[in-house]
Amino acid sequence: MIKTLARSIREYKKTAILTPLLVIVEVVLECIIPFTIANLVNEMQAGCKMDVIVQYGIQLVIMAILSLIFGVAAGNTCATASTGFARNLRKDMFYRIQDYSFENIDKFSVSSLVTRMTTDVVNVQMSFMMIIRIAIRGPLMLIFSFIMGFVMGGRLALIFLVTIPLLGIGLALVIRAAMPIFRRVFRKYDALNDSVQENVQAMRVVKSYVREDYEKKKFSAAAEDVCRDFTRAERIMALNNPMMQFCVYAGMAFVLSFGSYVVITSRGAEVAVGQMSAILTYSFQILMSLMMLSMVFVMITMSMESAERIVEVLTEKSSLTSPKDGLTSVKDGSVDFEGVSFKYSKKAERMALADVNLHIRSGEVIGILGGTGSSKSTLVQLIPRLYDVTEGCVKVGGVDVRKYDLETLRNNVAVVLQKNVLFSGTIKDNLRWGNPDATDEEMLEACKLAQADEFIQQFPAKYDTWIEQGGANVSGGQKQRLCIARALLKKPKVLILDDSTSAVDTRTDALIRQGFREFIPETTKIIIAQRVASVQDADRIIVMDGGRISDIGTHDELMERSEIYREVYTSQNKAGDSDGQE
Amino acid sequence: MARNKTQNANPTPATTARGQRAPKGVLRRLLRTLFSFYPVLLPITLVCIVINAIVSAAPAVFLQNVIAIVDESYQSGDWASVSGRILTYVAVLVVMYVISLIAGAFYTQMMAIITQGSLKKLREKMFSHMQDLPIKYFDTNGHGDIMSYYTNDVDTLRQLISQSLPQMTISGITLFVVFCIMMYYSMILALLVVVGVVCMVLAARAITSRSSKYFLRQQITLAKAEAFMEEMMTGQKVIKVFCHEEGARADFDKVNGEIFYNARNGNRFANILMPLLGNIGNVMYVVVALVGGALLLTDVPNISISGMAFSISIVVPFLNMTKQFAGAIGQVSNQINMVIMGLAGAHRIFALLDEEPETDEGYVTLVNARENADGSMSECKERTHVWAWKHPHHDGTVTYTRLQGDVRFYDVDFGYTPEKTVLHNITLYAKPGQKVAFVGSTGAGKTTITNLINRFYDIADGKIRYDDININKIKKADLRRSLGIVLQDTNLFTGTVMENIRYGNLEASDEECIAAAQLAGADDFICRLPEGYNTMLTGNGANLSQGQRQLLAIARAAVADPPVMILDEATSSIDTRTEAIVQQGMDALMTGRTVFIIAHRLSTVRNANAIMVLDHGRIIERGTHEDLLQLKGTYYQLYTGALELD
Repeated sequence: MIKTLARSIREYKKTAILTPLLVIVEVVLECIIPFTIANLVNEMQAGCKMDVIVQYGIQLVIMAILSLIFGVAAGNTCATASTGFARNLRKDMFYRIQDYSFENIDKFSVSSLVTRMTTDVVNVQMSFMMIIRIAIRGPLMLIFSFIMGFVMGGRLALIFLVTIPLLGIGLALVIRAAMPIFRRVFRKYDALNDSVQENVQAMRVVKSYVREDYEKKKFSAAAEDVCRDFTRAERIMALNNPMMQFCVYAGMAFVLSFGSYVVITSRGAEVAVGQMSAILTYSFQILMSLMMLSMVFVMITMSMESAERIVEVLTEKSSLTSPKDGLTSVKDGSVDFEGVSFKYSKKAERMALADVNLHIRSGEVIGILGGTGSSKSTLVQLIPRLYDVTEGCVKVGGVDVRKYDLETLRNNVAVVLQKNVLFSGTIKDNLRWGNPDATDEEMLEACKLAQADEFIQQFPAKYDTWIEQGGANVSGGQKQRLCIARALLKKPKVLILDDSTSAVDTRTDALIRQGFREFIPETTKIIIAQRVASVQDADRIIVMDGGRISDIGTHDELMERSEIYREVYTSQNKAGDSDGQE
Repeated sequence: MARNKTQNANPTPATTARGQRAPKGVLRRLLRTLFSFYPVLLPITLVCIVINAIVSAAPAVFLQNVIAIVDESYQSGDWASVSGRILTYVAVLVVMYVISLIAGAFYTQMMAIITQGSLKKLREKMFSHMQDLPIKYFDTNGHGDIMSYYTNDVDTLRQLISQSLPQMTISGITLFVVFCIMMYYSMILALLVVVGVVCMVLAARAITSRSSKYFLRQQITLAKAEAFMEEMMTGQKVIKVFCHEEGARADFDKVNGEIFYNARNGNRFANILMPLLGNIGNVMYVVVALVGGALLLTDVPNISISGMAFSISIVVPFLNMTKQFAGAIGQVSNQINMVIMGLAGAHRIFALLDEEPETDEGYVTLVNARENADGSMSECKERTHVWAWKHPHHDGTVTYTRLQGDVRFYDVDFGYTPEKTVLHNITLYAKPGQKVAFVGSTGAGKTTITNLINRFYDIADGKIRYDDININKIKKADLRRSLGIVLQDTNLFTGTVMENIRYGNLEASDEECIAAAQLAGADDFICRLPEGYNTMLTGNGANLSQGQRQLLAIARAAVADPPVMILDEATSSIDTRTEAIVQQGMDALMTGRTVFIIAHRLSTVRNANAIMVLDHGRIIERGTHEDLLQLKGTYYQLYTGALELD
């Protein structure tokens, strides 16, 4: 896991390595300063001259300035390294996600991906900052102070041998007791917030059923549970502070009593007064660094979960990759399914598609009809290789889709997805998704063909009209037509409309199909629809049922032999006004 | 399609934007709130904090005394003569330490309880208040924004309460006590320290104002990035289909770069703070040593409260105190960013708590009733499946009206904002058991009408009467209890299928729930789920299809058994064949009830008693299916597919 994460450090490796180096110097200086001061105090006690004091003063000020320079430099490099690392992590995740196949995308929810790229990255960034700065600083400080303590204080430093293990063991015990609770409670906390989200989204339902009090009780119980665990964990963690204080106090009492004894009995030879206060400083520094270490440890453990979630995204293997030296041209728009079976996951028991054999000639118009869950969308999504078949093979232009370069294949097989999305930007921005180099004329042409030009011209800003996120400011029918135009701009050999005209009125719907026939006759058109009227005039209509092709034929043939087709037809054309429709 | 029409209709900007500093007074309100949560425990804890802080500042005094003794006798090397005095000091010190430790252990434990308890109470308060807010609040505020009160804002508050506030209190007291001791020993040196402190405060202020500026900006860019990522990930499949990965990457790099810029600068300044303050502290230390040394040598009279003369025994503890002083200031400044962020969070939370809750001036209530022989109604305790409106009058009399489900609109006008009226002169009636359908294009006002019946919004002009009672007089809870509603976007809750159905009526037995599911035609697929009715649903029923979710919502409404039903595109995600199967259940559900139906597919409204065609908030055609076809107007065009409907 660490290896995967470390790969994202890249250009910040220099600063990441520089930081601990700078910190080392800073720590050394910080440890020498009390030492120098101790000597100064001793000199002063011995009644030295002013010039000695000034000398020491200059020394100390220089050290302070150096320490400041190194400290500031370390702070700087540390900030750059950790935030840069975070930036790369976000970037790597986002880039990685762009490589995901549909199968991978289905696996993660949008909100979980966003949380991973925000909250989780921030957690890891914090940990990283602590590691390169404090995790280095802590042990160094400990070692230096320890050594300096013995150098200066001699026997007085013996107190370290008592307080360090005492605090060390204490902290370790606290962490061991608190960590499992923390891990558990953070999961509960997430669940609590999920339930708030659920409640906010379902507010209309809550209010309609007058369930406000019920929801309050439910929330209270969950909040109580979280609170209990958090309190337990924090109370254990809160033991750190008194433990630390105890050790500091013990050191103080020891130095004051035993220290004075040593100073007096040795007449200041073994240890002088200056050393007494220095050793207190060191003891404090040692305990502080232990404390810091324990904090770092807690922080790291807590961000472990975040790191795991990030790595999950980074290491998710795209289940679908473009072959090396894939074909970069598609001969024609013929599509063949040969013994195709498909299921969404290996674990799934039921095949979403079973034993499909189908041959579509280039330029043919194919309609697909079938109930919800009959795998209409699944069938067409195999053509641009949004998913890979489980068995058999799908061919476009007579070649297995797995042999094409993915981009070539998808540029030649355009799909207008059922859940289609427009992005915030102008109409032109959105259209250019189909072809980044499209000229204004090409866009106009595509929009005319998709029957979108008419309403676009009515907008004050025409093709520069701003589309809100998700296309919130255009109607459903307009959105669908824009999506069709966007796909047309690819000039594809195969065009697939997955229920893409459901919100378009039947007249316009017919005009679109008529345009297709006239202006792009050589393009294979595959149209999934709920309305019989949308597919009625297709060359052939496929009736899907439960993941199988139930029947294929023209409208008239199907009316005669397919019960499902007839059922759908009559359900939509009751009351004898079927001739009212085109 | 996202149902956020009303949100688009009146985009009110969030009142409490992210990335803003909290105004004055928030801290006081926060403290007051905390005290109100723990009126006894918090003051006691505070006392312990004070004791702990004072005692931890005290060693300086003992150090001075002991060093004074050591200083005068170390040349003699005679331990025995001074051991008594030294050990007495140490003994007193130990006693103080014990007190301090007890106080310390107590306050840290209590703080853990207070922090978590306060957060819990605050969360509960927020949640409970939120439940009482009008639906308008949820329509006009992004769900992400509302969520961040519970996540980001509460989290920053946690830092503030558990760490920053106690830390600042302790540091403040330490500063005060140490300063007093300093003054006691030597005012000259103390003044020197004050000068150093002023430098530190100025430096800290300069730096934290910069770092907090960037941190607050970072919050804004993070929110922006979140919105961007959300949009991109939602459209991820479209990106794939159009091979737009490179473009998406380039756009992301821009946003990502902005976060980096702010985060880096914020952290840079924050990281500089400690070394800077620490080393100003070091310089201060040196200056004190120098001046102290000079004073020792030059015999300048010491000005102090104690009247002590200068000696090494003053300078040594003074040096320690300088360190302590600098440390405390460092601690305080280190918390400043947390405090700024925490208070900004508190401010937003208070803004949520200050939102005006839904008012309810209704006094007519719904009660179980029994019909007397003479046809009048009387109230009773047990469930009779007969309900009546209990209507108390000014003169003290109470009348009972049978709950029937008769809904009438008289000349109703309505707008989500006063400036823009979206419904004009709506007059309509639905007698008990009648089915009224609304048809029209997006934004015509279909859903708005249903929002008025259950008083999610209040009308601007006109009158709505329910069983001949003005709905303004009916208690909202009782009004809504008498209405069932099935929406296009189905919301399910985390829990079992059974619990989700029971949501419609908490007292329903398992059998009643299953019967309702059968009625809705949901029983079939539920039984095929891995654990049938006990299958857990999570993430809004993520493992179910949209159609299955709608069936569950219909079952949920069926178990509530209200006399009036509102079906807002309730079957839009069910394909025509399945719908034909569900139709039976829907018909069963609708019999004997007043039904308001909004439908995408006109086939579902055909047998309504009345069809209202809405356009721009006005009823432009009304009548039965046959009437309207004969009229050859808008309905006819819609029906024949000549007009778009979505």
